[in-house]
Amino acid sequence: MKARVFVTLKNGVLDPQGEAIRHALGTLGFAGVEGVRQGKVIDLDLAETDPAKAEAKAAEMCEKLLANTIIENYRVEIL
Amino acid sequence: MKSAVIVFPGSNCDRDMRVALSRATGREVRMVWHKDAALPAGLDLVAIPGGFSFGDYLRCGAIAARAPIMRSVIDFANRGGLVLGICNGFQVLIEAGLLPGVLMRNQTLKFVCRDVRLAVETTDSPFTHAYGNRRVITVPVAHHDGAYVADAGLLARLRDEDRIAFRYVDARGEPTAAANPNGAADNIAGVLSPNRRVLGMMPHPERLADPALGGADGAILFDSLCTALAEA
Repeated sequence: MKARVFVTLKNGVLDPQGEAIRHALGTLGFAGVEGVRQGKVIDLDLAETDPAKAEAKAAEMCEKLLANTIIENYRVEIL
Repeated sequence: MKSAVIVFPGSNCDRDMRVALSRATGREVRMVWHKDAALPAGLDLVAIPGGFSFGDYLRCGAIAARAPIMRSVIDFANRGGLVLGICNGFQVLIEAGLLPGVLMRNQTLKFVCRDVRLAVETTDSPFTHAYGNRRVITVPVAHHDGAYVADAGLLARLRDEDRIAFRYVDARGEPTAAANPNGAADNIAGVLSPNRRVLGMMPHPERLADPALGGADGAILFDSLCTALAEA
């Protein structure tokens, strides 16, 4: 079973890398980009075949390692 | 004082740390590989060195904080052992939950590598008591992810509990924005645990611990640890 984990910065956490991307987009002529937030996508290939159990396991992985829940949110998608 | 330095793949200040510690203590320093299951018996201090453990993959210090040896380091800290984390070691201690807050990408987005001035904000710790009245010291920084971030509640708690060990300051000892190399909240360069026996700091005292290298302000931190243990 494949799961996709999205890790994103929480609102209010400064994202200097996102800001740098926004500036670069402006340099390329993309006007009107009012904000950029950079995150991570982590694809998991799991032996688990039950979608609910796979999702719960992926969420546990996020809590313990994949996300820093002080500054990041995570979302798990079963593919 | 019996001390050990934890070595991860990608650690690169481990031997500087060993030299600084062995000079201060006059004793051999144990080098402990991250895959070891347990720390050597009878240690007084565990040091987590700077570097780029596990290539800074995922988040700086995140993989190292879950290495096999870290369970033993966390137990050691919880029993009141002294733990010092410098630069990447500070990131590891935060990821391991031994110190609060987060270290994020420098606000300038640039790797910063230069000497900085630090104010010693408290001498009430085994790491800093020997600084005495020397309030401003010079130590180098070398990092890309050193902006200390904490919410207002945590910052207030750190201040109230006198747990801010070092701040980035200018020549007059003022924590100005210009003196802040990475955008750290409150110019914070180092913090202590609630029992004051775990210190994490971004600057590198082990890199300026010999007059031949241009200064020895960093050596005082290691001497401080030795005298603290001798008095205990």
